[in-house]
Amino acid sequence: MTSEATSRQADQIPADLLAEIEERITHYPVSKRSASLPLLHLWQNHFGFIDDSGIEWIATKLELTPVNIYELVTFYPWFRREAAGKTIIRVCRTLACAMAGSYGLREKFCEAAGVDVHHESHGFGHAPPTSPDGKFSVEFVECLASCGTAPVCLINDELYESVTPEEVPSIVKELAAG
Amino acid sequence: MVSLIPQPHPRERRIIFENISRPGWSNDIETYLAHGGYEQLKKALGMQPAEIVDAVKAANLRGRGGAGFPCGVKWGFIKRDDGKPHYIVVNGDESEPGTFKDRYILHNDPHQLIEGILIAAWALNVNLAYIYIRCEFPHAAKIVWNAIKEAKARGFVGKNICGSGFDCDIYVHQGAAAYICGEETSLIESLEGKRPYPRIKPPYFPAVLGLYMSPTIVNNVETLCHVVHILRMGAAEYAKMGTPGDGGTRTMCVSGDVVRPGYYELPAGAVTLGELIHDVCGGLKPGRKLKAVIPGGSSAKVMRADEVYKIKTKAADGTMVEKEVAMLDVVMDAASLASVGTMVGSGGVMVMDDSRDMVWALNNLNQFYAHESCGQCTPCREGSLWMSKVTTRLLTGQGAANDPATLLNVADNIAGRTVCAFGEACAWPTQSFLAKFPEEFAALAESK
Repeated sequence: MTSEATSRQADQIPADLLAEIEERITHYPVSKRSASLPLLHLWQNHFGFIDDSGIEWIATKLELTPVNIYELVTFYPWFRREAAGKTIIRVCRTLACAMAGSYGLREKFCEAAGVDVHHESHGFGHAPPTSPDGKFSVEFVECLASCGTAPVCLINDELYESVTPEEVPSIVKELAAG
Repeated sequence: MVSLIPQPHPRERRIIFENISRPGWSNDIETYLAHGGYEQLKKALGMQPAEIVDAVKAANLRGRGGAGFPCGVKWGFIKRDDGKPHYIVVNGDESEPGTFKDRYILHNDPHQLIEGILIAAWALNVNLAYIYIRCEFPHAAKIVWNAIKEAKARGFVGKNICGSGFDCDIYVHQGAAAYICGEETSLIESLEGKRPYPRIKPPYFPAVLGLYMSPTIVNNVETLCHVVHILRMGAAEYAKMGTPGDGGTRTMCVSGDVVRPGYYELPAGAVTLGELIHDVCGGLKPGRKLKAVIPGGSSAKVMRADEVYKIKTKAADGTMVEKEVAMLDVVMDAASLASVGTMVGSGGVMVMDDSRDMVWALNNLNQFYAHESCGQCTPCREGSLWMSKVTTRLLTGQGAANDPATLLNVADNIAGRTVCAFGEACAWPTQSFLAKFPEEFAALAESK
């Protein structure tokens, strides 16, 4: 890195991400603005979160003003303005899972992953509570639509069903190794 | 693929879940074609579009997303030749607590959905359709997108479908974890790239002013799958499976305190609530008694186990008579559940036994609605948070004596005073839990 190098995400877009962005915009022949959410997903998947330069870059790309993108980032719980852990453990909080013990499950995951159990986070761009080593984030999310196999959690892209507190340490150990 | 595919209970009739229950079933196009896949699309392309709309009307298909609007009537609002572009938007945002049927369709049988979309597209003169899938189903988005590509390679999607001259493109659009986007006008705003505040109806009925201010049909994933079977079986045969006004089968998602939770597919009205719980789902856990059931997703009004409803029905001589029906004898179809003041909704049946504290259960739902209110309308934005605060303080021993009354007052001032049905969705649990289990709220309020 030279001294002129920046940490702005918009200065570090690789060619394959750019190609994916261009292709994704073609899915919306009537209005480019419809590509806002897909672009935010692509951006966050690549960079881990969305910084100011990302908001400005996407807005410019879609011929919008930054506030059009900013108001989405601050509305949807999925998007973050800061880095989360490498592995994100999303424990379902809603009724069927709560009845099946998801509150205790979240505590178990926090304990096993080294995440502060008292730290709760609810959107607005904040990253979910993360372990000091940056390996894990653990958070409650609302209904994951798998109430028949409660309690469930979504760990990165994988759904874990009928999770018992006893198996939490081994799940976390496996994730840490993987 | 989702791992859990239980075999059907003898009382079930699987139509929507027929494929995914087959031994060795795979979600690729070859498997779908080997089981008669896309034959109904070919048949549809040889039919007059109006014939298809009439068939869906005659089948008495109701929307499976929650509101239960007759699908054929909705389709009838689209004027095929008005010269405007028309769109189909598939609601795959499945987020209503208690509901988990579309998850299995999207992951395990995406071609069934695509075939349904294409039949609808031909009937309604649609050349562009979007499937809105919640981002918490990351694999589903990939699977459905891959299925679209497979279908395109076979000439079922894209230009000149099956040589008919009809074109239709389908794309997947992922949400970003907001429950409100399951509301159809919010979903449209989200798809337009805007902050997804629901639109007010009138004038913004999607069939008139929908996506990009053009006539748009928003249908649930399961609803569009049913269309394939209406063509396959014929509208009359299909309708016969259900009750008058509620045709076909219904997928039921059962969760909570039963021995065998999971998804089941039953002809509409084929079982009572008691038969569903005790026969199909194996009853309650040992030593437990039934306390309450939420019959149609978390927004549906709760039913109390010892309740006896007075239902007005038409006698043989045409006069109206009042009949007493115990809670477990209520039939699981749209009209019966409506007649006892709740709804079949999205088919999410949540069962609670006598180990459950009703204030705790309501508080869980109140926290859900407080988190998910979009914030556009003041009564809902403020009220959902207040309801959550009041039930939380009741549970932590910090409630006031008049908290049950306060809670009801807040709920009563949300329902009917908001742009979208979220207002009712968040008020109904509080109103119904208070009405059905007043003693539990009073005990906490007075224990101070």
